[in-house]
Amino acid sequence: MNLLEKLDAAAAARKSLLPDGIGAFGIPIEEVYSATEARIGDRRVLLLGTNNYLGLTFAPECIQAAHEALDKEGTGTTGSRMANGSYFGHRALEREFADFYQCSGGIVFTTGYQANLGTISGLVGPGDTVLIDGDSHASIYDGCILSGADIVRFRHNDVADMEKRLRRLGERVETTLIIAEGIYSMLGDQAPLAEIIELKNKYRCILLLDEAHSLGVLGETGQGLVEKTGLLKAVDFITGTFSKSLCSIGGFCVSNHPQLEQLRYVSHPYIFTASPSPATIASTRAALELLRKGSHLRTQLWKNCTQLYTQLKETGYQLGPDPGPVIAAILDTPQQALLMWRSLLEHNIYVNLILPPAAPEGKSLVRCSVNAAHTSEQIKYVGDTFAKLYNLVKS
Amino acid sequence: MSQTDYDQIVQLLCDRLADLSKTPEESISPETNLITQLSIDSIKLLGLIMEIEDAFDISIPINALTDIQTVHELAELVHKIKSAS
Ligand SMILES: Cc1ncc(COP(=O)(O)O)c(C=O)c1O
Repeated sequence: MNLLEKLDAAAAARKSLLPDGIGAFGIPIEEVYSATEARIGDRRVLLLGTNNYLGLTFAPECIQAAHEALDKEGTGTTGSRMANGSYFGHRALEREFADFYQCSGGIVFTTGYQANLGTISGLVGPGDTVLIDGDSHASIYDGCILSGADIVRFRHNDVADMEKRLRRLGERVETTLIIAEGIYSMLGDQAPLAEIIELKNKYRCILLLDEAHSLGVLGETGQGLVEKTGLLKAVDFITGTFSKSLCSIGGFCVSNHPQLEQLRYVSHPYIFTASPSPATIASTRAALELLRKGSHLRTQLWKNCTQLYTQLKETGYQLGPDPGPVIAAILDTPQQALLMWRSLLEHNIYVNLILPPAAPEGKSLVRCSVNAAHTSEQIKYVGDTFAKLYNLVKS
Repeated sequence: MSQTDYDQIVQLLCDRLADLSKTPEESISPETNLITQLSIDSIKLLGLIMEIEDAFDISIPINALTDIQTVHELAELVHKIKSAS
């Protein structure tokens, strides 16, 4: 098989699952009306598959800040952070993230994906080890691969399994980086941070926590799992993204280790790419401000999460273990998941469809993401529709 | 580590692979290709690696798997790591 034929084979495999060509992946959104509604084809749909957790995509403060930056600084920086792409805003946002996490330093990256790539590949290299949760996001896997370090996985959220693997590493624990996530993107469950930190201290490793989905969502001021658990000071490096609760694009890493600064000089995903546009940085700064003060948004978000999680659970759906903004119905087969996804769309509800190998352990998921802008009527409509469709997937 | 250890590893691999690929164990040999003949995808392979790690109390970095195609190559990798531990 030549290179192009291999792609044809992959396309054929996908077609066998989606025979009539209705693409669940990359579905075109024709118009966006608000944080909760958009048009897909000729349907006005309820958006239950975005990462807009605080509902800030149309926050006037963020839009105004972006407008002003666009007018004052132009459409793009046209350069790397290392060269001409570090404007006042980039540096200010780094200070604001450091301050938010009470850390001595912070680095802004162009995406959250690159924040993980850049941080991991900057911290470890060939001969070192990364010990990662088996359900880690692709950006973590890819960062580990880029680093050239040895990659060892532990069973998802299983600290006993993690310890077994730490023990087997022997003296190599000294150059081992442990990586976990605040909220896991597939099932919405949280890392057992206290136990992980106990092991990290016992074996004297470095810990990186990706708060991509937990930023803005967990903790009184929205720092994430570190704040909810009161363990901020015990985590060595925190990464996160602007593309979820902060409603733009970009990523960050913060730390109290002065060595963080060195990443700017060794990390290709930081150096060899253009920096975020001024408008992106400006709206992110405004959004971070709103996020820090947004305990009312978190209250509303959690009310919505609990309402939907409870209703789906009571209907009989198998869900992830923790209620939260990521609520995934776990289905037995890809066909069931596809049927469910389509039926929801026919009821004007857009959710995410996740099929193997993207979902853990070969499962298929219909995943809802709840946000603070959803009204309780909207959430009820989604819950009622899931209940109505339960027969489609009942085994 | 000896030939017996190697044989023991092959035996365990064949046993687990038969289960994972739903193929009769008799039709799996050291030359069998994991991907083209047994359709072991990356998720199944990663799960299998965790099982082998636990069975032999060793650590197998997943980046060491990139060149592995056959049962023999996987057995040799496990054998090498086990001998060094
Ligand atoms: C856990 C996790 N980390 C990192 C990322 C990457 O974020 P970004 O969209 O900013 O590239 C994501 C986004 O999907 C994620 O879920």
